[in-house]
Amino acid sequence: MRAPVRTMASVALAAAFLLAPVLPARAIEDVVPPHRHWSFQGFFGTFDRAAAQRGFQVYKEVCAACHQLRFIYYRDLGALGFNDDEVKALAAGYEVTAGPNDQGEMFKRPGQPSDRFVTPFPNDQAARAANNGALPVDLSVVVKAREHGPDYVYALLTGYGDVPKDAPKDFKLQPGMNYNAFFPGHQIAMPPPLSDGQVAYADGTKADVPQMARDVVTFLSWAAEPEMEARKEMGVKVVLFLIVLSGLLYAVKRKVWRDVH
Amino acid sequence: MTGAPAMLDNKLVKWVDQRLPIFTMMQHSAIDYPTPKNLSYWWNFGSLAGFMLVVMIVSGVFLAMHYTPHVDYAFASVERIMRDVNYGWLIRYIHMNGASMFFIAVYIHLFRGMYYGSYKAPRELLWWLGIVILLLMMATAFMGYVLPWGQMSFWGATVITNLFSAIPFVGNWIVTLLWGGFSVDNPTLNRFYSLHYLLPFVIVGVVGAHIWALHTTKSNNPLGIDIKGPQDTIPFHPYYTAKDMFGVGVFMVVYALFVFFAPNLLGDPANYIPANPLQTPAHIVPEWYFLPYYAILRATPDNFIGSWMGFTLVPAKLAGVILMFGSILLLFVLPWLDTSRVRSARFRPIYKWVFWLFVICCAALTWAGSQPPEGPALWVARLGTFYYFFHLIVLMPLIGWFERPLALPKSIAEPVLSGGKA
Repeated sequence: MRAPVRTMASVALAAAFLLAPVLPARAIEDVVPPHRHWSFQGFFGTFDRAAAQRGFQVYKEVCAACHQLRFIYYRDLGALGFNDDEVKALAAGYEVTAGPNDQGEMFKRPGQPSDRFVTPFPNDQAARAANNGALPVDLSVVVKAREHGPDYVYALLTGYGDVPKDAPKDFKLQPGMNYNAFFPGHQIAMPPPLSDGQVAYADGTKADVPQMARDVVTFLSWAAEPEMEARKEMGVKVVLFLIVLSGLLYAVKRKVWRDVH
Repeated sequence: MTGAPAMLDNKLVKWVDQRLPIFTMMQHSAIDYPTPKNLSYWWNFGSLAGFMLVVMIVSGVFLAMHYTPHVDYAFASVERIMRDVNYGWLIRYIHMNGASMFFIAVYIHLFRGMYYGSYKAPRELLWWLGIVILLLMMATAFMGYVLPWGQMSFWGATVITNLFSAIPFVGNWIVTLLWGGFSVDNPTLNRFYSLHYLLPFVIVGVVGAHIWALHTTKSNNPLGIDIKGPQDTIPFHPYYTAKDMFGVGVFMVVYALFVFFAPNLLGDPANYIPANPLQTPAHIVPEWYFLPYYAILRATPDNFIGSWMGFTLVPAKLAGVILMFGSILLLFVLPWLDTSRVRSARFRPIYKWVFWLFVICCAALTWAGSQPPEGPALWVARLGTFYYFFHLIVLMPLIGWFERPLALPKSIAEPVLSGGKA
């Protein structure tokens, strides 16, 4: 959504010239990730449902081992094109701690659509203990929480590799860290999460790393802004309405002022 | 245009009006109010600011019904508003971008006042009330930005509240009072929430006084000359109500483009990371409308004032704080710093250009404030800070003395009737 919207908004704001210098200045980053085309960009962009469903599969089978998605409920998956029975079955595949019951005890029961996504660790300390002291971030709004949003997350997922030969001499990879071309500082605790053929897509799409990265970024972009499609759809109507209204108000103004000019 | 309002023909209206003359007042202040007939579209931004104040209060009241002011739940409650409250995303984006739109309107309103000399006699108090509104808006916006309890909320609050520690003797005491403890924490969030709800209504009150003063001195106008008689004015309604409504329409188009298509463009992505007192963001940057002041704050070198012979008279931090607050407080004396008797820059051949230097200076400071204080950005900040004060303290009095203003038109009606610009 960024580039065209940015251009559009800059034009709209030409009057508010004060802002113009601010826009590029926000991009204080080590490396600017290359811009890619996403289905959800632009005035009429929507989430590619097939890609988002595949991305959910990647999240479920890969990311969910460490990363929580604490603001998302299973019921939300309906928006990705899963029907009620599929959502129920998906939720039931998880074990949820509920209670206390009449005896004052917590108990386990199968997940329901009204449950939040099950978290991989009971608390942050447990998450750190299992991950060399690093805390896997919550992914609910991660796409909104990073400069360059989806481009950055994609670049990060596909940006692993060996330390390049032209790296500065004082660059030293700390033990347990991994080189990533796009992570600030280039040292990231998360090991390369994706490898070719890691998941088996039901729709037969070849699951190579770039494909899985694209899919999971689409899914996470939806998770960060589930309201986006409704927002843009309403926005088109609102803006068109306001333009017509402004035109009418201008006509009224002209008519009222005719005897003054 | 005066006399008994037509609406008093209605018996009920008349009954009320005889006991509380609210309808007579409306007739007097919103309908008959004589307004210069030559106001340009730059005069729309006052009503636009008023419109934004209403939008902010209404959207804010609804957000407050769903928000939880607690460090453990604030971030999550905002996400709940975005996801599960009916049209919560719409209300929040209206409120969030509304702050920016409010400042855009107010800044243009302020620059308009500076260009046309609206602060000069007899409108000094009107101008003062405007600056009080600006200061209240800044406090309100700052505290509102803390409420979602993201990384920039927390660290912005930490940086700004810490500024008060630069005040000699009582600084640390004030900071503890602001925090309600010994760091930015739950008590800070709670009092900020309370004040964020309170201050907008204080603003409403001061806006009332601002309009009262306006209606006493009457509006300035692009020619900057006094109203000489009824031929110079038109009633506020329907002329300016119609013109203001058109302004609101256009303004809302821009506003809607932000809300629906770029709701996070003006925000910092880091505020979608929950506040973490143990992790300082790489760059702590305030919202765009605070950037010029932020640049001024960070422009002072360590050895700025009186750091000689091993004796520091004013530490750099205090100097920065003084300059930052001074940059706004100085506006209070602008009516007396400006020695020219001519109000409108249209008839001031030198000030006309110098004004735009001031605008460019503010834009440059805005840019510098968004950058880390180093390299060229730091020098832009220092140069901009210097020019900001040089402009107000030195140029304004000097130009007033030396400039030969152009001949002023005899009246507002004359150039309007002759159909040409003065």
